[in-house]
Amino acid sequence: MAAEDLPSEFDIVILGTGLAESVVAAACSRVGQRVLHLDRRSHYAANWASFTFNGLLTWIQEHHEESQPEELQDWSSLLEEGEELIYLNPSDSASIRNLQVFCFTSEKDEEEEAQSAVPPSTTEEEKGEAADDTVDETESADPKEEESEEKPEETAAGQEGQGAQTAGEGPEVDQSHPSVAQSQSEPTRKKISYAQLVKEGRRFNIDLVSKLMYSRGSLVDLLIKSNVSRYAEFKNVTRILTYRHGNVEQVPCSRADVFASRQLSVVEKRKLMRFLTSCVEETEEQQAFTGRPYLDFLRDQQLGDNLQHFLLHSIAMVTEDTPTEVGLASTRHFLRCLGRYGNTPFLFPVYGLGEIPQCFCRMCAVFGGIYCLRHSVHCLLVDKDSNRCKAVIDSRGQRISCNHFVVEDGYVEANRKNVATPTRFISRAVLITDASVLPSGSDQHVSMVTVPPIAAGSPAVKMVELCPSSMTCMSGTYLVHLTCQSVGSSYQDLSPVVTKLFHTPESHDQEHRPSVLWCLYFNMADGDGTQVQGHNLPSNVYLCSGPDADLGHDHAIRQAELIFQKILPEEDFCPPAPNPEDIIYDGDGTSFPEEEEKQEEELVEEQEVQTEE
Amino acid sequence: MHGRVKVKSTAQQEEEKRKEREKKLKIYVTARDACFSKRKEGIWDDEALQLTQQLLSSNPDFATLWNYRREILMHLETVKDKDEVQKIYEAELLFLEACLKVNPKSYGSWHHRGWVSARLPRPDWTRELSLCDRCLSIDDRNFHCWDYRRVVVKMSGVPVDQELEFTDRLIGSNFSNYSSWHYRSTLLPLLHPESPEPPSPCHEPPQTSPPPSPQIHSHRVCEEQLLKEYELVQNAFFTDPNDQSAWFYYRWLLGRAEREEMISCVYVSRDEERVAVAFSRPVNAQLVGLMLVLDGQPQRVEWRSVHPRFKHSPVWICDLPPGTISDITNEHNLTVHWTEKHTHRDCALYTGRTESWCRDSATDQELFRSELSVEKTSVLQSELQSCNQLQELEPLNKWCLLTIILLMRALDPLGYEKETLAHFQTLKEVDSMRAAYYSDLCSKFMIENTILKMEYAEVRVFSMSDKNLTTLCHLDQLLLVTHINLSCNQLQRLPPQFAMLQCLEVLEADNNAIESLEGVYHLPKLEEVLLKNNNISTLADLQPLATCPKLKRLDLRGNPVTQTANIESELAELLPSVTDLLL
Repeated sequence: MAAEDLPSEFDIVILGTGLAESVVAAACSRVGQRVLHLDRRSHYAANWASFTFNGLLTWIQEHHEESQPEELQDWSSLLEEGEELIYLNPSDSASIRNLQVFCFTSEKDEEEEAQSAVPPSTTEEEKGEAADDTVDETESADPKEEESEEKPEETAAGQEGQGAQTAGEGPEVDQSHPSVAQSQSEPTRKKISYAQLVKEGRRFNIDLVSKLMYSRGSLVDLLIKSNVSRYAEFKNVTRILTYRHGNVEQVPCSRADVFASRQLSVVEKRKLMRFLTSCVEETEEQQAFTGRPYLDFLRDQQLGDNLQHFLLHSIAMVTEDTPTEVGLASTRHFLRCLGRYGNTPFLFPVYGLGEIPQCFCRMCAVFGGIYCLRHSVHCLLVDKDSNRCKAVIDSRGQRISCNHFVVEDGYVEANRKNVATPTRFISRAVLITDASVLPSGSDQHVSMVTVPPIAAGSPAVKMVELCPSSMTCMSGTYLVHLTCQSVGSSYQDLSPVVTKLFHTPESHDQEHRPSVLWCLYFNMADGDGTQVQGHNLPSNVYLCSGPDADLGHDHAIRQAELIFQKILPEEDFCPPAPNPEDIIYDGDGTSFPEEEEKQEEELVEEQEVQTEE
Repeated sequence: MHGRVKVKSTAQQEEEKRKEREKKLKIYVTARDACFSKRKEGIWDDEALQLTQQLLSSNPDFATLWNYRREILMHLETVKDKDEVQKIYEAELLFLEACLKVNPKSYGSWHHRGWVSARLPRPDWTRELSLCDRCLSIDDRNFHCWDYRRVVVKMSGVPVDQELEFTDRLIGSNFSNYSSWHYRSTLLPLLHPESPEPPSPCHEPPQTSPPPSPQIHSHRVCEEQLLKEYELVQNAFFTDPNDQSAWFYYRWLLGRAEREEMISCVYVSRDEERVAVAFSRPVNAQLVGLMLVLDGQPQRVEWRSVHPRFKHSPVWICDLPPGTISDITNEHNLTVHWTEKHTHRDCALYTGRTESWCRDSATDQELFRSELSVEKTSVLQSELQSCNQLQELEPLNKWCLLTIILLMRALDPLGYEKETLAHFQTLKEVDSMRAAYYSDLCSKFMIENTILKMEYAEVRVFSMSDKNLTTLCHLDQLLLVTHINLSCNQLQRLPPQFAMLQCLEVLEADNNAIESLEGVYHLPKLEEVLLKNNNISTLADLQPLATCPKLKRLDLRGNPVTQTANIESELAELLPSVTDLLL
């Protein structure tokens, strides 16, 4: 939309299309507010986005390039009396860092290249130190070929110098040593080549943030309540797995799982079921353990090692020193979500999590919200007396007045935010693999895998393995997301887990494990600590944080609701959208975006009804 | 507020809906009338097919229309060639799928589908099977679909092992499913029939093995498979001990073969010139071809049940022609033939004896283990251990307790009597809604135990005082008892079955709550009836006693009936034989 087309007056201007911003946009638009929703990026959903494979490569490339800080223009000419300017952060903030990419599959089809792999290239510093790496005994592919394989996006390491620190321990293989050792090659398993990944890149929907939707979490409730669910389809997470004693095992959590489990004795089954049914209610026995570790409580319940592991790491998803009351609350939440839509507590949106913010944007647009991508706000015009933002100046120099301004925290200078210091980070890894971590009768499982800390001080890792029918990866591959709270860089935190669970050039005797074809490591700022109201910001400016490390979406939804209530304290938050046929259109022919896709309508409710029958 | 989306008000929506409904109704009624008049005129054309389709897709439960549709289709069969018929029926199946989406439990749609499938020239059973599977995955308890599926499986000859896997799958996804467990119980005996000789492998074809002994019903499963089933079902009831479907299946697994049908007792009394016959199950002796042969001579006798209320009864009696056996110096040989079952039983009445009998005792037959299995003791013992383990974890689970009781009875009814009683006590407390059921069941088991004890002692006295009896049963087993003591229980009646006690001389039933004496009926030897402190309130209640010719002593103290005016004279008139009356 051209700049001159934008109206100069809105009720609410929202900058950034992450989840919280999009929910605020939908909620405001729904109750009749005029909403302008902008994003500097060329894609929706900010750090909540999903990309095709090629889109992700572009994203990686963009994050490697030094972002050019836009020249600060002087907008004081637009100031009216009694106003002052607050400039927004002109460049993308440092929310993403330590990007590292590795490709362990051949560049071209096997017919041409046998088992050689694309060597992952590294930063200058790393190359020097990688000579004594473990994977020396590798067969060299044609070096020329490799030269040509150098992709811009494969140059890694963060902009902040953190990359250099990781270099020493890195798995990075020197160029002259292609990564796949001959002994490890498996002629029987036809590997998918890098060229195929690129060719089929459209089949991928790779999420930057890895989360699942709790069946009774605030996001699902909101999707149902608001009818936004009609814009998306969902799949059940079909299995809960865990990594224990060097093996990936299925966690029996539903009644059907417990019944079918072959690992548990009948007595263990009874104990587990009894614990799961009894812990729903609060008892004095539980209260006696308040403040003491949940693990102690589990031990006290006469549950064996395996049951303790399942309950602590996979069901409560807490650590050994988490207090009992927290562990129990988390266990209860898990159990409440169980059985609403399937045998696990989780749903996953088909086509990836990036769909969710877009669904809310769509709802906003249906009720008249205006959208512009690649369009930003340069500065805010603040009334000195009232300390309220009266208007914004967009990236085209237009003055747009507004009553409220909602902004993703990345656009705001650090000194104006209330955030946890130092900024915490989430470690992320994205793998494309050729098999499931736990092959079974069906190859279309969506699995949630919990990996307890593999050594003292290591983080607990949450892993989600997506199958092609989730429409997030090409057939013959699995898309694996690893997430943890950062201790070190993403590579430091997650590569030991990857090495244990998958077959990579660094892993030994792991041929039976799925092979990693391609992988990406990066750190993302943890949005957990951000406060809605910033420092030194006008009272009608609200901050939305980026994704947090939790598995669910509660943080963002809570934040959005809080902001909405501050803007419109009298209004209902996302009431059900009316059916299209019940909307009365103005006689003057103002066209309303027609809502199609009837077949998807009320998907969530329908499923609910079925399970409750 | 400006910009807000305007939504139709509820009243507006209602009004629109109402109009919509009216319109629909008009179309529906018109189409229905058109269908009816066409059918009346005997028109079987495409238009009629379309009209019925239109109506049935909105209301698939309109049986008349399905009938009309079948008439049309049958007519089309006669005028079209085979390929066209195939096409028509395939379209019909598609249409039916749409109807089933509207109502997955429509009788009409499922019935019609079965009809179409049977007439389809080239049926695609795989497709039908997958349709059933889809329906069952949505609702695994849709019995219409289960029924149709059985038809499909039968028609298409799906191998039994595949069907068993199918039940595995359904049970795996949700084991609270009676249909699946039951289906299993019908498949297993086919797939893994019990081999009569223990060492032979269970998959040996049945025709090479000797026919199963008549004692054993063919619905049995080989031991190897049984053990696997025990494991499966234990997984279910350990996972959720409150789910009854698994427990019922478990009962089936442990269940014993049906008893052989036979004559279990023949009793002959010289004084009454009467024969009484007991069968292993209730029969109608007038219809089963019962023949009495006395000293080689078939007798024309009239069989009657012990009480006019019974058409079927385990005990039947007949009077011999007067004088045939009355001479005590004669010896007689008696045979009762059950011609229908090719079985008979002999009984000899020796010189100088006034009565005689021939029978199988309850102890010989292990009669009261019939609830549970003929399995080896070791198997039952280990099952009992598992259940005890579960009971330790779930001391108040009724299914577990009940199963333990049954296992104990199968193993050693007398040895486990004390534990059994304790478990019954717990059951009555934890499941108070069914306390009366447990009391009755407990009474039954205690009666069985007493019968066993009586027979071990080889006496004809049945004594069960002060045992909290709430009901009487197994009275056919008491045919020979002369003296019964039921004092100090909670009995409310002596039921018609009580008339099976054909040898009874003394009945002690003080301190119960007996209101009815219906079963004290034509007991030829009964002399003494003690009913102190019961609930008999009217003279009419005492009427049955008048049918007992030898009744001499009657104790009615503490019954409301004693307050009746002129009770003594009334009783003297009603029961002239009674000489010793206590009021």
